[in-house]
Amino acid sequence: MNPRLLPYVLILPVTLFLCLFFLYPFVLVAQQAFSDGSGFTLDNFRDVTSHWKFPISLKNTFLLALAVVPIQLALSLLMATMVNRMKRGRDLILYIWTIPLGISDLAAGIIWLAIFEQSGFLNSMMGGLGLIDSPTNFLSYQSPMMVFVAIMLAEVWRATAIMLVILVAGIGLIPKEYYEAGEVFGATAWQRFLKITLPMLRPSLQTALVLRVILAFEVFAVVQALGGTLFPVLMGETYEYQFTLLNAGAAAAIALIILGISIAFTLIIMRALRVPKGATI
Amino acid sequence: MAVIEIKNVAKRFGDYQALHDINLTIDDQEFMVLLGASGCGKSTLLRIICGLETASEGEVWIGGKRVDHLPPKDRGISMVFQNYAVFPHLTVFENIGFGLRMQKLPNDQVKRRVERTAGLMHIDQLLKRYSGELSGGQRQRVAVARALAMEPDVILMDEPLSNLDALLRMEMRAELKGVLAESNTTAIYVTHDQVEAMSMADRISVMHEGKIVQAASPIEVYRDPAAEFVAGFIGNPPMNFLPATPAGAAGQWSVAGQTLHGPNAGKDLKFAIRPEDLTLADQGFQARAKVVEPLGAHLLVTCEVEGHQFRAILDSETQVRMGDTLTLAPQDGRGRWFDPATTLAVS
Amino acid sequence: MTAETTDVAEVGANTRKAGQYVYIAAVVLLCAWVIVPLYFLLINTLSSPEAVNSYPKPFIPEFDLGSLTFFANFAGILTALKNSILVAALTMVMSIAIGAPAGYALSRFEFRGKELFRLLILLTRAFPLPLLALPLAVMFIRVGIDDTIFGLALVHTTLAIPFAVLITFSLFSGIPIELEEAAWTLGCNRLTAFQKVILPLVLPGITASAIFAFVISWNEVFAAAVLTIENRTLTAFLLQNLDTSPLHLKFAGGFILVVPALIFIFAVRKYLFAMWGIANR
Repeated sequence: MNPRLLPYVLILPVTLFLCLFFLYPFVLVAQQAFSDGSGFTLDNFRDVTSHWKFPISLKNTFLLALAVVPIQLALSLLMATMVNRMKRGRDLILYIWTIPLGISDLAAGIIWLAIFEQSGFLNSMMGGLGLIDSPTNFLSYQSPMMVFVAIMLAEVWRATAIMLVILVAGIGLIPKEYYEAGEVFGATAWQRFLKITLPMLRPSLQTALVLRVILAFEVFAVVQALGGTLFPVLMGETYEYQFTLLNAGAAAAIALIILGISIAFTLIIMRALRVPKGATI
Repeated sequence: MAVIEIKNVAKRFGDYQALHDINLTIDDQEFMVLLGASGCGKSTLLRIICGLETASEGEVWIGGKRVDHLPPKDRGISMVFQNYAVFPHLTVFENIGFGLRMQKLPNDQVKRRVERTAGLMHIDQLLKRYSGELSGGQRQRVAVARALAMEPDVILMDEPLSNLDALLRMEMRAELKGVLAESNTTAIYVTHDQVEAMSMADRISVMHEGKIVQAASPIEVYRDPAAEFVAGFIGNPPMNFLPATPAGAAGQWSVAGQTLHGPNAGKDLKFAIRPEDLTLADQGFQARAKVVEPLGAHLLVTCEVEGHQFRAILDSETQVRMGDTLTLAPQDGRGRWFDPATTLAVS
Repeated sequence: MTAETTDVAEVGANTRKAGQYVYIAAVVLLCAWVIVPLYFLLINTLSSPEAVNSYPKPFIPEFDLGSLTFFANFAGILTALKNSILVAALTMVMSIAIGAPAGYALSRFEFRGKELFRLLILLTRAFPLPLLALPLAVMFIRVGIDDTIFGLALVHTTLAIPFAVLITFSLFSGIPIELEEAAWTLGCNRLTAFQKVILPLVLPGITASAIFAFVISWNEVFAAAVLTIENRTLTAFLLQNLDTSPLHLKFAGGFILVVPALIFIFAVRKYLFAMWGIANR
């Protein structure tokens, strides 16, 4: 076979597959969102955004992302630097810390449900310590703050691992000599973190944040398991429209809105954390 | 056993011209070294001969057969790589026997040839080991043995010793030379190390910016560099250059205040002399010593002659101090002349 | 003078010691943060349905298989489990079969359009992919693979392929091209060189990324819920019945979802970081 053709032959299956199951459905979603059967229209968007739940679910989704992502970033950076200086037990600790990586959002929601439900472990613990007389229902419409906190904790618990893995890999790529040089020039551990680790970690931070932020806007099953309809989010609304209301056009419109937000944030993160050409390790 | 002919080979990577119109014939059983600084195109040329790279233009002939359209396996060559490329998942035995197995040779024959080449490279004790259990030098030996076991017409080597430490490199250099001489194969050896080139080669092709500047025996390359580049590249330190202007009579040149005998030419030339071809004398170049480096066997003095850097290698007993003015005379017959316009040698 | 220096040295040693304790405490705390919720789920799973719904909760499992038996006997759940495994297995095979050649092409060839192809792959990561299940639901009805294992596996493969391509890309890139070139000079053609040299070296890594693809599918909720009605996967089944199913069913289901995750992270722990380290770029 002509060696020039070989790479194309090799990438052909993926390309075809993605065209058929990624680009084409994407066009279909767009079509569905912008048409009402007869022609171009913005009605779907108007319907969706004017619904009373839309601002709430939009706000909830953003609030959740805003609360979760910075915590995860800080936590994963902390964990990654801790692992980096670990001598003994590194593999075991890393294994434990990356366990949630393989756990689905639904399972994570169920796990935290075990803690927060009325007869759950949080109530049992507080009762056991004599803090409360009878179990309270945390996950009810009367305590929206608790619902939010429960979802937030579940999200932090579940999805920090993915950032951790990316950051640990990234830190591993930074040559030790830089730290030694920093030490020789009198930088403290904190300064070394600020002046060496963080800037050099930029490509990994970029990947980690993009991936994480996109997933944050797709938050769905955790919310379903813990809050149900108490805490509407965008992805849940899409599901609602598709199944309960059987309005595919509206579902597509929300899908496009989520997509728009995701792309906007991806671009912002990529720009904010861009690495100047030639400044890579 | 094969003659290699490279005819008008050129290689472009996009806009970058890596090789310009290379023509080179390597005789049967000759040991040819391609010598040059990194980026000069020597590895690219080797890879084209090997078939790992396709030439943009030109032809490669091995043993009277045109091979530039053939895959590496059909060219009758074998290769030793810079990082050895010893297969990590196979034992030393299977590594050396890899090519023989691909030829579907019967087991006993494979065993015999592997053991013979392993013995040749003194690694017969290591046959059961994996690459991870070997030192750099041992891996190097495996790589060479693997290439030799194929009993190829041509063996190609791409900086095979550059990852070894200095002492080991010297040892391997001699050993490799001996083994290859006995194997009756044609060898092409790429290196940037001129000592390696000088000590091993039957012939050296000095390459620069994608061209072969000179292809000649080591001593010729050293004594009679064909171009200013070769003179300034070969030798450690390389030749000194001083501008020369005609001094009246034909063949008389004025060089830094001295009158020297040289070729007949009507224009300004450059005079070149090796540092070791200078001696302290009563009459000669007035050189002011700037750096004095005692190197044990001899004394390297970096001086200045009329504003030009000028190095001399003197006897280690010589008393020279920084700032002294030395009178250095070129030995008869050792001076060379170059035309600054073409940079080629003039005689 | 001497006394002073010993003092300073002592203070330094004390702070270092204190820092060491804080460090160890933080590591232990973070491990507990990951493990304790999982332990709670384990308690609930290994307790009788009555205990699961009682208050206060025991903090030690009673090792009663009541909940798990209930789970196993619940109508449709074993089919759902079987469906989950089938979809995940199909996804695993398809994503590696389609993705690995492209990963190889990316690592070994320079070709026109390579950047565009990489962009297409990266683009998929910036998309809320499960959303594409919406139009695909319509498309699948048209071609007659709606509500099938195969149809869902196609969508999950779309999810897994970017990872498969990037991970295999990094695996192949980790094998020096000289090994392949050496094989070519020793009588191999491209195919035999791949078989004899590359494949044995990447096989463990390929297995790891196959497991990764399996888990992506195993965990996926949204597309599974959208695309299957009769042939529900376990995640879709649990999601569907979140409002109605009893707590012990949820917890047992959650537990069954988590178990493969634990095994998965353990199986691929060696590769996790190498995979992400290079897939970063």
